[in-house]
Amino acid sequence: MSPSLLIAVLLVLSSMAYWLGRSRAFALSKKAGSVRLHSRPGYHGILVALWCAIPAFIIFCCWHFFSGNLLISYAMQSVTEARGELSPSEMNLAINDLRNLLSGSVFHREIDPALQLAADRYTGMRQIANVALAVVVLSSAILGSIWAYSRINPGLRARNKVEKAVEISLTLCSTIAVFTTLGIVLSVIFESIRFFQQVPFFDFLFGLKWSPQMAMRPDQMGTGSFGAIPVLAGTFLISAIAMSIAVPFGLLSAIHLSEYSGPNFRKVVKPMLEILAGVPTVVYGFFAALVVAPTIRGLGAGIGLSVASESALAAGLVMGVMIIPFVSSLSDDIINAVPQSLRDGSYALGATQSETIKNVVIPAALPGIVGSILLAVSRAIGETMIVVMAAGLAANLTLNPLQAVTTVTVQIVTLLVGDQEFDTPKTLAAFALGLLLFVVTLALNVIALYVVRKYREEYE
Amino acid sequence: MNPEFSTSTTAQVLRSLPKRYAKERRFRLLGLCAIVLTMLFLMVLLGTIFLKGWTAFQQTHIRLDVYFDPVRLDVKNLANANYGALVRDSMQRMFPDVEGRSNRLQLNRLISSGAAFTLQDMVTSSPEIIGTTRSLWLPADDEVDMLIKGHTPRDVPETIRRLSDQQLVWIDTLVEDGRLEKQFNGAFFRNGDSREPELAGVRGAITGSFYTLMVTLMLSFPIGVAAAVYLEEFAPKNIFTDLIEVNINNLAAIPSIIFGLLGLAVFLNFFGLPRSSSIVGGLVLTLMTLPTIIIASRASLKAVPPSIREAALGIGASKMQMILHHVLPLALPGMLTGTIIGMAQALGETAPLLMIGMVAFIVDVPQSLQDPATVLPVQIYLWADSPERAFIERTSAAIMVLLAALLIMNATAVYLRNRFERRW
Repeated sequence: MSPSLLIAVLLVLSSMAYWLGRSRAFALSKKAGSVRLHSRPGYHGILVALWCAIPAFIIFCCWHFFSGNLLISYAMQSVTEARGELSPSEMNLAINDLRNLLSGSVFHREIDPALQLAADRYTGMRQIANVALAVVVLSSAILGSIWAYSRINPGLRARNKVEKAVEISLTLCSTIAVFTTLGIVLSVIFESIRFFQQVPFFDFLFGLKWSPQMAMRPDQMGTGSFGAIPVLAGTFLISAIAMSIAVPFGLLSAIHLSEYSGPNFRKVVKPMLEILAGVPTVVYGFFAALVVAPTIRGLGAGIGLSVASESALAAGLVMGVMIIPFVSSLSDDIINAVPQSLRDGSYALGATQSETIKNVVIPAALPGIVGSILLAVSRAIGETMIVVMAAGLAANLTLNPLQAVTTVTVQIVTLLVGDQEFDTPKTLAAFALGLLLFVVTLALNVIALYVVRKYREEYE
Repeated sequence: MNPEFSTSTTAQVLRSLPKRYAKERRFRLLGLCAIVLTMLFLMVLLGTIFLKGWTAFQQTHIRLDVYFDPVRLDVKNLANANYGALVRDSMQRMFPDVEGRSNRLQLNRLISSGAAFTLQDMVTSSPEIIGTTRSLWLPADDEVDMLIKGHTPRDVPETIRRLSDQQLVWIDTLVEDGRLEKQFNGAFFRNGDSREPELAGVRGAITGSFYTLMVTLMLSFPIGVAAAVYLEEFAPKNIFTDLIEVNINNLAAIPSIIFGLLGLAVFLNFFGLPRSSSIVGGLVLTLMTLPTIIIASRASLKAVPPSIREAALGIGASKMQMILHHVLPLALPGMLTGTIIGMAQALGETAPLLMIGMVAFIVDVPQSLQDPATVLPVQIYLWADSPERAFIERTSAAIMVLLAALLIMNATAVYLRNRFERRW
């Protein structure tokens, strides 16, 4: 029985269980002289359905989680019988061959009889296992519902039990965020540790040369250099250009919107800023590569400067524009939160509006503004598509914005796109860079939150 | 005291006023400039995309009188027949005086290599047309298309042109005969990806985006709402809940590419889910949009006044009944708005999907969640990387499709917010 059919049968069974439980409860309540039901019949129905579905579903999931490896190791026994004990790497190779054989993607090579035998064992065992699974799942569903059905009586606190179950599932849903973080940390750290076993940690962090391409050639395995400094410098350069656009423009427009503009002007400009924020980054990347970079190159050529066609300036400029709405909407909220009484006090002393803004409003809002700028920096560092499309691949250690530089995200993408083995330093380096990116952005976010909390002025 | 400064403070202030007012005006102007420049950039961005992209909705077609030659089409073996020869024969009949192999090759380059597939489809679906002559509009090659649309100049030396002088003459003859014209580019919406610009379409990418978004919606909406309800209504104040909250806020600020690394390491390598499939894309985007949805849902739950809760509890509802029957229905419009905004984010997201292999060149339109698929933004990325001139307009057109989808989603969100949001 195929898994989807099994799930469908399970659904049908549990809805039947619901109707049975509900009608039994109705029948009980109608019986002359019986006590009132504690819970409404619907709850009794749901309770029976839950007992039908949940244990069966858990069995189903557990089986699917573990069955793959169990079956493979069972099938591999025939290979080890034929070839004797295998070393771990040989074992992995054989397992890969077996998987390819099973998925039918081996056409040209002639098939090892031991592997063919293993594949036959695998398919045979899987058929038996699938039947067994169906029997176990369905019988657990039926037994569960019979048990719950037999317990239906007027005093059963079905509603409380159902509500408890719902509450537990709500709790589980809310823990997914924790598991996601855990998953990110574990996956990135695991692969990074494997990377640092091959490339020393300090060589990675302080090395001045980044050329992972070398490592592709088997005879040069050790010579690929993984010094992250040029990549980090490129990231820093592009982010700095972006922030030098985003911060003044974002702040000034936020100030203008919240202090000077009338409601009509705001009604037009705010949605436009939201559009700017909602444009997908791949569109910005396309624009940067197609329009901005050639324009800058042309301008540079006009005044006698040689500008790389994938200059840091183009990527940084466009990224800066992308971040303007981010800075402006965060600062707008913060500036609006400064109480009117502060402004009134300043006006009463004779200050003009701009003097009030510069000397009163901005200092009062400074922690929040700094926080929002830090968040914007973390966005600039993590931004991927603009730099992938408009920045270079070569890791030049330079601070000249007219040259091509590369960034952490560009390297992650170039190292991981395409089919590759997951044990070369080249692919693992992407995870090490990912770890770096994760740590840096996390630190920026934490610092931003800390700054906002620590230095916030309280006005109550 | 110096007589100059002996005047009253008022006079001093009055004297400094013009300067201060000028400063005030300058500051105001600066703010206005920032806004205007930003808006200008938006206009240039959208304007460029539109100007470069709108021509892609038309495609140059050439009318060919195709004779479905029974000699070339063996009824028993239609799949292996030489359909390209049919196209070449028709071109030859139109220009009978073209001699020589290289000249004929040039002539045949005017028509798209996809024309043969069109003929093949026609013959396979209705074999009775064999032996007849049909007049068909077939797509022209992308270089011809670019020339007709004026994207490539024709008044430059032959050596730096992609089309030879001879080909230009043929094209002009075709135009005079009314055999070459621009028509609506239906193939752009019907076809999947292709290496030939004139055959490339967004249908595969749109289908992939649809499947991916469906997975994301199915998972992230219920989970997000459930998490928000728990955190807002049930969660006790303790370290565990604080941990969840800190995590959600942090996840919202983590670069999206990190989620791609997670998907690669966990969903592909650990769980062994199929590479490039919409289901993995959906899972990754679910994890990415969950914080957005949770935060929006919590805000809309917070906006439901306590009196509603107290009234429900007061007439004997259990806590769960109070939430399910009274609070949730009132908070739902806000949650839906947040979800749509999250979905719009997910629709525009590219970077994490590159990590899980959705960047492959996929011609077929995906049929199920497990088929290799690509999504609209990734398609844009792929086309933007293609060297052919004709892909620039197709990239822009794909961007227009994507922006239109985003606009519709956001407009729906705004409509929902205005229509159903209640102020208490």
